[in-house]
Amino acid sequence: MDDLRIVERDVDAKETKISAKNVQVYYGDNHAIKDVNVEIADKTVTAFIGPSGCGKSTFLRCINRMNDTIDVCRVEGDIAIDGEDIYDRKVDPVQLRAKVGMVFQKPNPFPKSIYDNIAYGPRIHGLAKNKADLDNIVEQSLRRGAIWDEVKDRLHEPGTGLSGGQQQRLCIARAVATEPEVLLMDEPCSALDPIATAQVEELIDELRQNYSVVIVTHSMQQAARVSQKTAFFHLGYLVEYGETGTIFTNPEDPRTESYITGRIG
Amino acid sequence: MSVFFLLIIVLGFGALGFVLGRSRALASADGNIRNLHSLPNYYGFNVALSTIIPALGLLAILSLVLPILIDNRVSTFIPADSISEDTTRSLVMSDVRRVADGLDTAVAAGAMTEDEAQTVSTETTDVRERLGAVGVALGSNVEPFVLRAAQSYRAQAAAAQLWTTFLIIGVAIGGFAISFLRTNREFRARNVVENGVLVLLMAAASIAILTTLGIVFSMVFETRNFFQDYHWTDFFFGTTWSPNFRGDSDLGIIPLLWGTLYISFIALLVAVPIGLFAAIYLSEYATHKFRSFAKPAIEILAGIPTIVYGLFALITVGPFLRDYFAQPSGLGESASSVMTAGLVMGIMLIPFVSSLSDDIINAVPQSMRDGSLGIGATHSETIRQVVLPAALPGIVGAVLLAASRAIGETMIVVLGAGAAARLDLNPFEAMTTVTVKIVSQLTGDTDFASPETLVAFALGLTLFVITLGLNVFALYIVRKYREQYE
Ligand SMILES: Nc1ncnc2c1ncn2[C@@H]1O[C@H](COP(=O)(O)OP(=O)(O)OP(=O)(O)O)[C@@H](O)[C@H]1O
Ligand SMILES: [Mg+2]
Repeated sequence: MDDLRIVERDVDAKETKISAKNVQVYYGDNHAIKDVNVEIADKTVTAFIGPSGCGKSTFLRCINRMNDTIDVCRVEGDIAIDGEDIYDRKVDPVQLRAKVGMVFQKPNPFPKSIYDNIAYGPRIHGLAKNKADLDNIVEQSLRRGAIWDEVKDRLHEPGTGLSGGQQQRLCIARAVATEPEVLLMDEPCSALDPIATAQVEELIDELRQNYSVVIVTHSMQQAARVSQKTAFFHLGYLVEYGETGTIFTNPEDPRTESYITGRIG
Repeated sequence: MSVFFLLIIVLGFGALGFVLGRSRALASADGNIRNLHSLPNYYGFNVALSTIIPALGLLAILSLVLPILIDNRVSTFIPADSISEDTTRSLVMSDVRRVADGLDTAVAAGAMTEDEAQTVSTETTDVRERLGAVGVALGSNVEPFVLRAAQSYRAQAAAAQLWTTFLIIGVAIGGFAISFLRTNREFRARNVVENGVLVLLMAAASIAILTTLGIVFSMVFETRNFFQDYHWTDFFFGTTWSPNFRGDSDLGIIPLLWGTLYISFIALLVAVPIGLFAAIYLSEYATHKFRSFAKPAIEILAGIPTIVYGLFALITVGPFLRDYFAQPSGLGESASSVMTAGLVMGIMLIPFVSSLSDDIINAVPQSMRDGSLGIGATHSETIRQVVLPAALPGIVGAVLLAASRAIGETMIVVLGAGAAARLDLNPFEAMTTVTVKIVSQLTGDTDFASPETLVAFALGLTLFVITLGLNVFALYIVRKYREQYE
């Protein structure tokens, strides 16, 4: 992987945002996540890589308790955000999800206008004081989602009328509009062209100033470009977790090396 | 040969055609399927369809046209002066047909020879008695011209049948021969069968459309007759309904329309919220186990015949409402009321609304719910702001379907709200609807020339226009939101 330029990284000083201990996830009898321990740092971009079906999305969905919506899914172990167990009885998953935003693997805009798609979260959580404030939030979010220029003249047309890549950026804008502390992104760029991808990566880098970002990606280059930490999953296990530079240049585990050099996948 | 045998023969030819066509195609390709343009079965179907479809089409046309032709020819035997005040040509023609049938029966029973049947005349034989002997009872003595007409009718019917048989078998063989000879390995049987299927489907669609048109036209026609006797402004704007079979009736539709809309409104007021909430509960909150038991249970409600609901209204709900609501509050004395019919009809409509809405809500993709939940919306916020808007076109459709049912319902109204036309705001009064009055104008001794009877068609047509309008409106709503929501 000589073609990867690994930039200078500063990760040591960051404190832990999310910490997972002995996490197990079952879909019925299918043991999808096995014994995962990971500490995700604040103000950092963490990449999850691994072959298809290894459990990246599943683990990501544990962090904002989206797995609660799947009947057959069972989560064991501890996951804490800022030291607070999110699977505790006292925790309201609705509040949690407002704090931990998510961009899904497949774009899923609401059947509403572009404006209403973005305004949905701020309206629910009462983030805007008045109409002008809301307008401003919508514009800022669309700009951060790198889609403002394309939609600024058609804000009141349905979001479902956009192209696949535009829809995905709309969903990213929708997720940032609620100002989450953690942003989980499940392959956010899989439907995007290189220009939009570059814009989204820029956004991710910018978000890192304030938030913790976890991104699932199938592109090693992308993982190398945007992330400071990388976790490699394989068959439900977290095989290796460390600084992105180390993982890509000097992996400890042979499986990691095979994967990033393209031998398993 | 009877139509039934003809059908069997044609279908037999078709089956034979399938086998032969298939084997001819295979033979032309030296038994190798890859050398054929289409799969062997397509060649078989091509021959079978070419044999059956034209023959059956012709059969259908002939069975429609021939009786009319024969009637026209035979009716020249009926002298104009025999059509008097109290009979019509069609009445005489039905006499003719009855006598012809009687002769057929007599021949079949062996009481007459075929020759005799065609040559008997009223001067030499008492036809009524001869036919009576084989169990064909005629109301009066057979007039000479009726007998002659009947004999001519029989002769022509026999000829028509013979010709039909020849023609149909001829067309079947022709279709068979042409398609069979065309069968070789280059022939594009697959495409031809594709077109054949298209024609079949189009035929089915046009039958559906044509019958609808036929019904509408006959209603329009009778309605026009009605408006020749009764002024349309009195019909559409009259506020009293009191038919009187001695003439001089008031036939204003307003009280009936009012009753219809009032009862339907109450029914929808019951059915829409309950049905919709039930659907939301079942599709969004209920566990799988509960749902698999509750959904069929609700759907059973839709299977109960409306007369049973009517009994329920008459015996239980009506007296209950009167004793506990209407009488104590001094609103009315009658057990049959708009409220009774509306409530019971609402219960009947719940499964329509809930079952359809449930399917529609389930069809909203899970990813939409995920999107909303992932932003931190609660379950009910998600349903209200994402799921229901996405499902709205379908839900509107379900509600309008329920509305059409409510407007067309008769039994529950007769038993629950009575049959008295009244224009009143009090929901505890008896009122009635358009459909009930259609029934009562058409039952009993009716004379199809008086406005009191013909008004039924005008009522029916009005109802038809209203439901049509409702459907168009539904379509409009659905389109409008489709644009926005898909
Ligand atoms: N809703 C579900 N119900 C049952 N099993 C599931 C469900 N979602 C995922 N799984 C199973 O869990 C395992 C991990 O799936 P997951 O979606 O997390 O993989 P992934 O790493 O995100 O793959 P990809 O890169 O293809 O998105 C798979 O074996 C999958 O079959
Ligand atoms: Mg995935």
